[in-house]
Amino acid sequence: MTEHLPALIVVVPLLSAFLVFALGWVKRELCFPVGLCGLGVVAWACVGLLVQVLESGPVTYKLGGWEAPWGIVYVVDTLNGMVLAAVSLSAFIQWVWSAPSLLRQFPDRLGALYGLQMLFVTGLLGITVTGDAFNLYVLLEIASITAYALIAMGEERAALSSLNYVFMGTVGACFYLLGVGYLYIMTGTLNMADLARLLTGLHGSRAIQVAFLITMVGLWLKMAFFPLHGWLPNAYTHAPAALSGLIAPLMTKVMVYVMIRIDLHVFGPSYSFEKLGLDRAVVWLAVLAVVMSSVLALAQRDLKRMLTYVILMEVGYMVGGFWLGNRSGMTGAVLHLLNDVFMTLCAFLAVGNLLYRLQGCSFPELRGAFSKMPFTMGGLVATALSIVGVPPTCGFFSKWYLLLGALEAEHYGFLAALIFSSLVSMVLFFRVFEWAFFSSQHENAEKGHTGSSLQEAPAQMVVPLLLVAAGLIALGLFSGEIVSRIVEPAIPMAVS
Amino acid sequence: MTDVNSMLPLLAVAASLGVVPMLLSARSPDVREGWTLAAGLAKLALVLGMLPRVLGGEKLCFQVAEVFPGAAIAFRVDGMGILFGLVSSSLWILTSLYSIGYMRGLGEHSQTRYYCYFALALSSTLGVAFSANLLTLYLFYELLSFATYPLVTHHQDPEARSAGRRYLLYIVGGSVGLVLPAMLLCYEKAHTLEFSPGGILGASGLSGAQLFVLLLMFLFGFAKAAIMPLHGWLPAAMVAPTPVSALLHAVAVVKVGVFSILRVLTGVFGLDLLGSSGLDSLVLSLAAVTMVAASLGALCQDGLKRMLAYSTVGQLSYIVLGGALLSPEGLQGALAHLATHALGKISLFFCAGAIYVATGKQRISQLNGIGRRMPLTMGAFLVASLSIMGVPPLAGFLSKWYLALGCVATDQMLPLGVLLLSSLLNAAYLMPVVYRAFFLPVPDGEPTERLPEASSLCTWSLLVTAMGCVLLFFFPGTLMELSSLAIRNVWGG
Repeated sequence: MTEHLPALIVVVPLLSAFLVFALGWVKRELCFPVGLCGLGVVAWACVGLLVQVLESGPVTYKLGGWEAPWGIVYVVDTLNGMVLAAVSLSAFIQWVWSAPSLLRQFPDRLGALYGLQMLFVTGLLGITVTGDAFNLYVLLEIASITAYALIAMGEERAALSSLNYVFMGTVGACFYLLGVGYLYIMTGTLNMADLARLLTGLHGSRAIQVAFLITMVGLWLKMAFFPLHGWLPNAYTHAPAALSGLIAPLMTKVMVYVMIRIDLHVFGPSYSFEKLGLDRAVVWLAVLAVVMSSVLALAQRDLKRMLTYVILMEVGYMVGGFWLGNRSGMTGAVLHLLNDVFMTLCAFLAVGNLLYRLQGCSFPELRGAFSKMPFTMGGLVATALSIVGVPPTCGFFSKWYLLLGALEAEHYGFLAALIFSSLVSMVLFFRVFEWAFFSSQHENAEKGHTGSSLQEAPAQMVVPLLLVAAGLIALGLFSGEIVSRIVEPAIPMAVS
Repeated sequence: MTDVNSMLPLLAVAASLGVVPMLLSARSPDVREGWTLAAGLAKLALVLGMLPRVLGGEKLCFQVAEVFPGAAIAFRVDGMGILFGLVSSSLWILTSLYSIGYMRGLGEHSQTRYYCYFALALSSTLGVAFSANLLTLYLFYELLSFATYPLVTHHQDPEARSAGRRYLLYIVGGSVGLVLPAMLLCYEKAHTLEFSPGGILGASGLSGAQLFVLLLMFLFGFAKAAIMPLHGWLPAAMVAPTPVSALLHAVAVVKVGVFSILRVLTGVFGLDLLGSSGLDSLVLSLAAVTMVAASLGALCQDGLKRMLAYSTVGQLSYIVLGGALLSPEGLQGALAHLATHALGKISLFFCAGAIYVATGKQRISQLNGIGRRMPLTMGAFLVASLSIMGVPPLAGFLSKWYLALGCVATDQMLPLGVLLLSSLLNAAYLMPVVYRAFFLPVPDGEPTERLPEASSLCTWSLLVTAMGCVLLFFFPGTLMELSSLAIRNVWGG
């Protein structure tokens, strides 16, 4: 059984996607439990695989028994083992959490929605587990197309935002495909390990340079790296609250993972960082991304929209940290990838809970939220502390490595941008908390006494949020362990 | 000087944290406040339990998790730490008693929230006191900032909002913007963040200018120490209920600031490095300017609590000054001042609060004749004022004596002059209040009969702290032992 774990990771969600979709017509109330079982198995498989990798090194699985480079192989090392575990666990949590609001918002479309969500997860897990550059493109399209559909389910402006996302996303995917095409022409293989071997002899080639640049631009578009971010804020803001809890934490992070995978394990660190000499320029782009998205976030008056800019900021952190090209910076980027999945998940779960009870989450509508929904706001506070970077929440530790990387690389621009964005995040979140903590004037009759009573979201939504919030602290406390056992082995020895 | 592994530090830090669920679920105010007091006693008992072993020369260590190579979340209880821990945990109990009288007397809202965050703040304070390294200190320093925000803004009105903004801006802005990069630089150069007797930067190869900038980043980054010009948050934070001002803004928060600075001076830079690079004069001059300017500021205030706030700003710099004198006597004075000022200032704040509860008066100009109407409260005010000024036989004299000795021992006449000038200024802003209260007639139209003092809990707690000022002068044994222990740690003798 355990040797087939890699296959389960993709096969189980794919089959349950169709099963859930079909059940939507036959017996709607079964969609949720069946999907839950499916995701439970997937999460078990992913965590089991990570444990297996930690104990006995990387796992290679030949799909259908076909040898590489002709067949598709799944390769799991600690890097994607970690991403797989994070993706499957957060998908599982989101599945539990989203049920009440989906039931309320889309009672007649449950089958389709659950099916699409499951397909989306299939796509992301496939992208993460595959060791084949073209297979990655196929799964990328599965994830993207389901994401377009899911986002379009939102309120009136969602369709337009989704259309914009379709255009930009398709361009991004095409760029990636084009890059892979160049690589295929030059080497005749699509298998990543094979590519890496063959590319070492082709470092001088112009075609490879073009392939590298095109692939990177395509991926940056997909992960909304500033200035290629235009599609993200609208798409994530207008998506239904229950679904942004799935898409927002995972999509961009998996794309960052793909960038790391391609740069480190296809082109190799010496090519990516030294040969082309683009590393400092890309970090400066990241500085721009971090600073601009912080400033743009300040201009927002709606919590959910503000958080979309925070996502952009975090993408800037990860891209910048990775492109610093030194060990600390990469450690920071990889650790932040893990932390940011759960930080963003926690943030969007909290927003979903707020939207379940309140009309909207523009700042004035948040008035009195602390007394109405204390647990939800508690979860949001944990996220905020993590995003600002307050120990012992996990955000501090990844930021620490990023800062250390910037210091070691003597890239003071990135250092300053990180500090600046931490300060801005503090302003961002405390502005929200101020709205939620201080009540309006007329309620203020008796020294700020708020008469509003408890209107917390259902337990099914609150408990997952609090679990994730506790997880942020646990991840922080275990970050020493995580770095030495998972992140360190994921970074090639060549990187100093 | 052996290190022993012990759970006690962790338990002492967590004692007040653990009580939060009980507070939230308590059915009646009596039960809730019973839990608060129980937690306070438990915490004090745990700290006292460590005291004999620390006095015996042991250091109690506990490591929670090693998060970076060479930097862990860890506790180490030494003389300096337990001194601060003892002061804050014993005063917490008195403040809790006082809070009960004060909050009930004024019928304040959201009292459960108030007690919860108070407990959290105390946990963080002890965490700072027991930190074994800069990382742990930073962790609890930040937690304290966030735990005190709901206390400062307790009234939830526009004034509280703007005070809260300023509070966070100065304090979190300082720690994220200055301390975090400074800490990072230390880690990159020294590969450790552990506090060690000789400092960790001695062999780091940082140039004089770099050390200068690093030190400035720490001094201003720990904005809780309110070194000018980053003192503005302290007077603003006086919008908080008085027990908050009393414990947090005279004992816990501000003392955490100066304690952090003392740790950085002694454990990170090391006094030798400070002396050899001439950075001690930088610290001395910043502290001296703050002492004088804050005292002048206090002279101009009419709000009683605001005046006390400015006085606190000045007194904090005594402690910083003591650390920078680079002499055993100076450091002993600084550590003693941590305790004696805490006792004196908490009594003054208790008195200010008691006057407010009984009469609703908050301005010094309204206090004419109040001494005859509330003799116990104003008597305590007099005692505490004299202690702050440093008049024997009160505790404040002890610490000022050692500080002055420190100046003389190192032959630094300028700090000595500033110390004396500042003491005169202390008298100049504290004595007029006493004069008004006892010697000016009650204004026309106000009743002159004796007021019932604020509730007995308030009065008792302020009498106890004022008595403490006297007793500490006569029985300074433990305080002096602990501070000399801390000095032996630093000088290694």
